[in-house]
Amino acid sequence: MTQLTVNGKSVSIDAEDDTPLLWALREQLQLTGTRFGCGMGLCGACTVHLDGQAIRSCTTPLSAAAGKHVTTIEAVGRERIGKAVQNAWISHDVPQCGYCQSGQIMSACALLAEHQHPSDADIDSAMSGNLCRCGTYNQIRAAIKDASTALGQGAKS
Amino acid sequence: MKSSGTAAHVPAALSRRLFLQSSGAAALMIGFTLPAASGRALAAGLGPVFAPNAYLRITPDNRVTVLCGSAEMGQGVLTAIPMLLAEELDADWSRVSVIQAPTDQAYKNPLFGMQATGGSTTVRAHWEPLRKAGAAAREMLVAAAAQRWQLDAATLRTADSKVIAPGGKTLSYGALVAAAASQPVPANPKLKDSKDFKLLGKALKRLDTPAKVDGSARFGLDAQLPGLLVAVMARAPLPGATPASMNEAQAKAVKGVRQVITIAGGVAVLADGYWAARKGRDALDVQWNLGANADLSSAKVSAMLAEGAAAASAIAKQTGDMAQTPAAGSSTLNAQYEAPYLAHACMEPMNCTAWVKGDEVELWVGTQSQGPAQGILSQVAAVTPAKVKINAMMLGGGFGRRFAPDFTIDATLLSKLSGKPVKLIYSREDDMHAGYYRPASVAQFTAVMNSQGQPVSLKVGIGAPSIMAASGFMKLPESGVDDQAVEGIADHPYDIANQHIAYGRREPGPQVWFWRSVGNSQNIFFIESFVDEMAAAAGQDPFEFRRALLRQQPRCRGVLEAVAAQAGWGQPLPHGVFRGIALAQSFGSFVAEVAEVSVSAAGVPRVHRVVAAVDCGMTVNPEIIRRQIEGAIVFGLSAALYGKITFKDGRVEQSNFHDYPLLRMNEMPRVEVHILPSTEAPGGIGEPGTPPIAPAVVNAIFAATGKRLRSLPIDTSLLKQA
Repeated sequence: MTQLTVNGKSVSIDAEDDTPLLWALREQLQLTGTRFGCGMGLCGACTVHLDGQAIRSCTTPLSAAAGKHVTTIEAVGRERIGKAVQNAWISHDVPQCGYCQSGQIMSACALLAEHQHPSDADIDSAMSGNLCRCGTYNQIRAAIKDASTALGQGAKS
Repeated sequence: MKSSGTAAHVPAALSRRLFLQSSGAAALMIGFTLPAASGRALAAGLGPVFAPNAYLRITPDNRVTVLCGSAEMGQGVLTAIPMLLAEELDADWSRVSVIQAPTDQAYKNPLFGMQATGGSTTVRAHWEPLRKAGAAAREMLVAAAAQRWQLDAATLRTADSKVIAPGGKTLSYGALVAAAASQPVPANPKLKDSKDFKLLGKALKRLDTPAKVDGSARFGLDAQLPGLLVAVMARAPLPGATPASMNEAQAKAVKGVRQVITIAGGVAVLADGYWAARKGRDALDVQWNLGANADLSSAKVSAMLAEGAAAASAIAKQTGDMAQTPAAGSSTLNAQYEAPYLAHACMEPMNCTAWVKGDEVELWVGTQSQGPAQGILSQVAAVTPAKVKINAMMLGGGFGRRFAPDFTIDATLLSKLSGKPVKLIYSREDDMHAGYYRPASVAQFTAVMNSQGQPVSLKVGIGAPSIMAASGFMKLPESGVDDQAVEGIADHPYDIANQHIAYGRREPGPQVWFWRSVGNSQNIFFIESFVDEMAAAAGQDPFEFRRALLRQQPRCRGVLEAVAAQAGWGQPLPHGVFRGIALAQSFGSFVAEVAEVSVSAAGVPRVHRVVAAVDCGMTVNPEIIRRQIEGAIVFGLSAALYGKITFKDGRVEQSNFHDYPLLRMNEMPRVEVHILPSTEAPGGIGEPGTPPIAPAVVNAIFAATGKRLRSLPIDTSLLKQA
């Protein structure tokens, strides 16, 4: 049994220690918004927040999440940054097939938590680990900038 | 793909059965005049509802629900299909929602004759039937209001899901549900003139976006069932390979592993979850007997296809007189081009959840071939097609890969043999190692140019495997010409008097399949690069050279001139940046692209900006069109820069995104897409943006370096400065 906090709720998961966090979330907790893409940390579709940091859940063993806080796409919208990012994604109609977008959003949230006004270079460096086969990168970039602006205005008001 | 093929085997009994089931509901029971009218019962569901055909239902709460029989794989059909219908219905767009339709012949794609999604056909195929469906419903609602008010129907108009009388009084569509259901279905409802469109041509927001940003969108991989086993397979690395040995005991020793089952496609390990199944599959340690393909290598593939190109004898196109002696001052230009096998690499790995329950099969799957799957799986499970129920899930990318039946067949077999509901998942590596591939191809060109630099003859031999023969639902024509292998070259738009274009079918072994833009994906690279070579040989500007050969082709010429104007062709560029141009007509649409590229001293190209001009006829949703073109450019760019599936000792050498890279955010060019106004019938849009990008980039590299690259992906070692 591994104890951890997922989306604010304390859970215990009965799975082998080497089970990737991805499969514990998807199969044990039915949190299927976190996606399986490559299994090697190469595509970013499985990105979640572990104690606030963006990590690849497909290569993170469940044991490494013991006692920690995990946030997934299902709950990130409860956070101020997550809400702003999801709103920007909607206003730019970013997704096409949408499969990679949970991971894109989780990476974008982590970026904005660190850099309130990310430069293009910051965006490149934070987002280049997230593949999008549909080619929505320019819309992702625009949405991140909009979310950044919205968060800045929110802070001032 | 082209719109040939046979209809899926769906007996009339299916729609009859469903029709009778809902006869207690207040659904319309008369008239079968519209296409798909027999499917109205499918749309009706339960409760009071107005469902004049299979495509829509209107409920008393004044909501319109559109049933979309096409698969959503990012191309926007869940928005475009409702727009077509809502336009003619005069529906309030804010009260329109969409659901995936069941699998039924009522939803067959008229261009395919089966319920399937591909070939950039969805809007083209449904442009008329979906608008007629909306128009018929509108006329019935108007007739119902006329009766209610005792007014002449001709005096009534409609807007925003309301019927409006001359004095201004209104009735909502929702209020007319029961009355409209008793009206006759008009045989030939009147369609709007395109100048009166209110929704079509507008950049409306996609209806599927919210679910795709909060994680709630349900892809095939998200299916959940009680007692579900997850299957991971050791898949046959090439067609014909058989397991030579395996360690079943070692696999079963993994905690959570329940069964090991051998089927034609390979050996499956069934377990309580993915991780146990994956570990069990690895522990199984299957060794393969590769059979006839054991010595397959990429060098062998290249040699075989080059021989096929040289010996090509199936005539795809023959015009003029190739035998005439070239005039004095003529010159001859020869070139051989090559493209590799490619994987689709959809972000969502291939998967299918199947449950064979006695004489019934239920599937949860994202597939492009709903109709054919129903027929195929009924045979696999030995049940009638009517007993195969397919729950259409979102597709995490399709690109042709999800037209293939392998994952649905394997999942159905595994459920049947295990007696359990089974979710089969091909890992990234499993799909890349034993997948379906865009065919490798070689083309040999010979052009004779006269002393003015005009091409007077063009001879092309194409050596390639046949997708049509491999598809299982198409047949190679008696001519021996696979249309998919020669498209883009056999139908090129340039005015050249004497032409001989031939196909030489060669089958190196790997399973070939449709890949976004199919034959155009390699053939437009070949011919648009070779046209650039002809321009260079003639000492002419590549844009002007093409333009002069397109006098008879107004739409090709239109996009070519538009892209040149928008890109500032001939205008100065930043130091070290060069332009290339290319053109393609495919899937009923016309696209020209200009790429701005620099090449580093190490030989690494960088694409800074891509400008595209598109003529796809009348538009449904211009923003979706722009995104499809942009995405198609990225798709083609990944292939041009990195894409190759190579073989060594009978095995694929690539496995995952480290050795089959895709374009990433830091490499993304700026993209501008310009849509030309048109009143022509709509063309396809999912694929036509892909073909021109590789030649546009390679032509820009030639402009930058003077080096002509004749094979893909781009070999940076050839561009490295000495």
